[in-house]
Amino acid sequence: MSNDVSLHGHSEVAASHNAHHEEHGVHHHKEAFITKYVFSQDHKMICKQFIITGMIWAILGGLMSVLFRLQLGYPDTSFPILEDIFGKWAQGGKIKPEFYYALVTMHGTVLVFFVLTGGLSGTFANFLIPLQVGARDMASPFLNMLSYWFFFMASVVILSSLFVQTGPASGGWTVYPPLSALGDASQGSKAGIDLWITGMALFVVSSLLGGLNYITTILNMRTKGMSMTRLPLTIWAILFTAILGVLSFPVLLSGLILLLFDRHAGTSFYLSDIFISSTQKALPNEGGSAILFQHLFWFLGHPEVYIIILPAMGLVSEVLSVNSRKPVFGYMAMVGSLFAITILAFLVWAHHMFITGLNPFLGSVFVLLTLLIAVPSAIKVFNWLTTLWKGNIRFTPAMLFAIGFVSLFISGGLTGIFLGNSTLDIALHDTYFVVAHFHIVMGVSAFFGMFAGVYHWFPKMYGRYLNNTMGYIHFWVTLIGAYLIFWPMHYEGLAGMPRRYMDYSGWVSFRQFGDLNRFISTVAMVVFAVQLMFVFNFFYSIFKGRRVTNQNPWGAATMEWTTPIRPGHGNWPGEIPEVHRWAYDYAKDGREFIPQTEPVSGNESKH
Amino acid sequence: MALFAEGEKVVNHKKNKIHPHKFTMWIGIGSIVMMFAGLTSAYIVKRQQPGWLGFEIPSAFWYSTGMILGSSLTMQLALKAFRERNLRNYRNMLSVTVLLGIGFIIFQLFGFSTIWKTGVTFNGSGAGQFLYVIAGLHLLHVIGGIIALIAMNIRAFNRQVRNYNVTPVEVVATYWHFVDFLWIYLFIFFIIMR
Repeated sequence: MSNDVSLHGHSEVAASHNAHHEEHGVHHHKEAFITKYVFSQDHKMICKQFIITGMIWAILGGLMSVLFRLQLGYPDTSFPILEDIFGKWAQGGKIKPEFYYALVTMHGTVLVFFVLTGGLSGTFANFLIPLQVGARDMASPFLNMLSYWFFFMASVVILSSLFVQTGPASGGWTVYPPLSALGDASQGSKAGIDLWITGMALFVVSSLLGGLNYITTILNMRTKGMSMTRLPLTIWAILFTAILGVLSFPVLLSGLILLLFDRHAGTSFYLSDIFISSTQKALPNEGGSAILFQHLFWFLGHPEVYIIILPAMGLVSEVLSVNSRKPVFGYMAMVGSLFAITILAFLVWAHHMFITGLNPFLGSVFVLLTLLIAVPSAIKVFNWLTTLWKGNIRFTPAMLFAIGFVSLFISGGLTGIFLGNSTLDIALHDTYFVVAHFHIVMGVSAFFGMFAGVYHWFPKMYGRYLNNTMGYIHFWVTLIGAYLIFWPMHYEGLAGMPRRYMDYSGWVSFRQFGDLNRFISTVAMVVFAVQLMFVFNFFYSIFKGRRVTNQNPWGAATMEWTTPIRPGHGNWPGEIPEVHRWAYDYAKDGREFIPQTEPVSGNESKH
Repeated sequence: MALFAEGEKVVNHKKNKIHPHKFTMWIGIGSIVMMFAGLTSAYIVKRQQPGWLGFEIPSAFWYSTGMILGSSLTMQLALKAFRERNLRNYRNMLSVTVLLGIGFIIFQLFGFSTIWKTGVTFNGSGAGQFLYVIAGLHLLHVIGGIIALIAMNIRAFNRQVRNYNVTPVEVVATYWHFVDFLWIYLFIFFIIMR
């Protein structure tokens, strides 16, 4: 038997499957509930599992932020209901300091890893790769299924850490030692951090299994005629994201393994010369380096922010082009800038460590490399704007979110130039300026990219539309709200207000921001409520949304819209169509769009 | 194999491409390399810290190195036998590979205990602690490989099913050679940097 047997995306796991897809690619037999909805190997079902798990996490992570915003906005007020719900963590209706730290730590962990990495990449890589490159499924549907279930197990472990007696990890999402290594130093550094490390290890396995599959599928399983330069930008973005993940997550894992040894085996990788005040004991550990952990952490941590933002960039590029009814501007420049960002992502991690005592000469190298990222980022922004320029714009909710993404990416990106300078960073480090910067540029923008993707591809996922009115309300409230929440934080940060404090009323210099904090907290709650409306819209529309009757509702050129409205496992009935052109033939020769699958005719104009 | 005749026709134009599963294995290897690169760079950085202590390379490591090198050879012979459809030879070579792999694990553990007895335990800071973690993680990867090899052995000894698909064998062989090379790299690294 030759090597090509399972090239159609069905591994040896399901030889009978293989045969039936070759015949028709649609279902003859009724699948059991458990193989169709639970242990599914269909990339489209795995995508839905990822997005729904991600949404549950997003609600939990968002709720955590509402709770600590309540504390920040109303530090003097007590809310008896909090004690009813959280018991000793909110004794007397006021959030306890340990609980506050646990909330911010888990908010960061959940949103960075479980929502914007697992939820975003997991959803759209799984959904779009096979559909847009023209494959029946992933290279290994089995590993793909494992990827989801490792994600699920990681979720269960992290979720369970919220319920242990000493509370979840609470040393910040970066879990810096020595705090995270010493159970005596903090409540959250007891069982909580062990569960955190276990959960993250499972998460790393999940993201590696996923990433391997994404890369292999994109590079090896494209349909006939789908050369790399004919790929939609979504796929390019996902490819670079997966490469970043596969190369950087293992380094985080090594850092966490060493941390685990320091915690339980008595090694001194990160620990040196420590005296713990709570136990009045000096520790025997010598020769460790806490900075070493920061290097290992940020070697992942920095690529991680691009793992979050690149898929959003890909989704936005596609949505902008389709809804401007124009080809994306500068396709090769878009690919090149994605590539440049991927390379630079590995070379800038120490800009998170300017004030750790890093050699200033080393710091200046990292400043240069960090500021270089402005170049590919600016290229991308320019190309998005020129894609919109003189376009025949359709303001669908997806398009609005895509435009909102560009706006937020500019606003948040500009403050990155401030923070990338090691001299300015001395003043701005660990202030609200940083909080504002990264929430806008990677938090809210990535969410906007994801929303653009969800609104745009929901009809393909579920065969129904999301409700438009709720979509518009969702967009406007979220966009205005995001700016109202994070814009004032820049001023607070410039005034020196530090992050990670739970009550600022004790400082004369920060007490003046009391009203502002209350305002931010109020807006945060409104924005959170609107996200719940989106969740309602999502689930309502799965069952009751307007049915899709048109195979290609947005008039898009990419391949996923050549499948049936509700594609079965295998995506295309009959043979996979051949690709003859790039993904962006819009407004060409007097036609609105030309699908990628249409052969090039002799008298067609050149681009 | 008529079952797949149609499939082969469809994918004929991809003949020159690497099989996706093999490609996946190579990327997986890349990510494992990054993990050990992270650990060995941590080692290099931490070597500059005060209080760094070395350790003596135990002779057991030389034996284990010999064994894993030998197992790579037998793995290659097993692959060759499989390609020639000489199933008896394939089974034998595969079994020898498993035994050598288990031998490697035993000698590694001997080596660890020799070092441990010289007073290099977890309590301390230096090359020894890194060795336990790094070589220990490598050992876990070897154990993973042995589990795969045993699974293939069971399949090879099953006389009901005849399977001539060479891809899984190639994937496992690639992985096995990789853990071999990885150990050689780590061994040389420890000899030079200790």
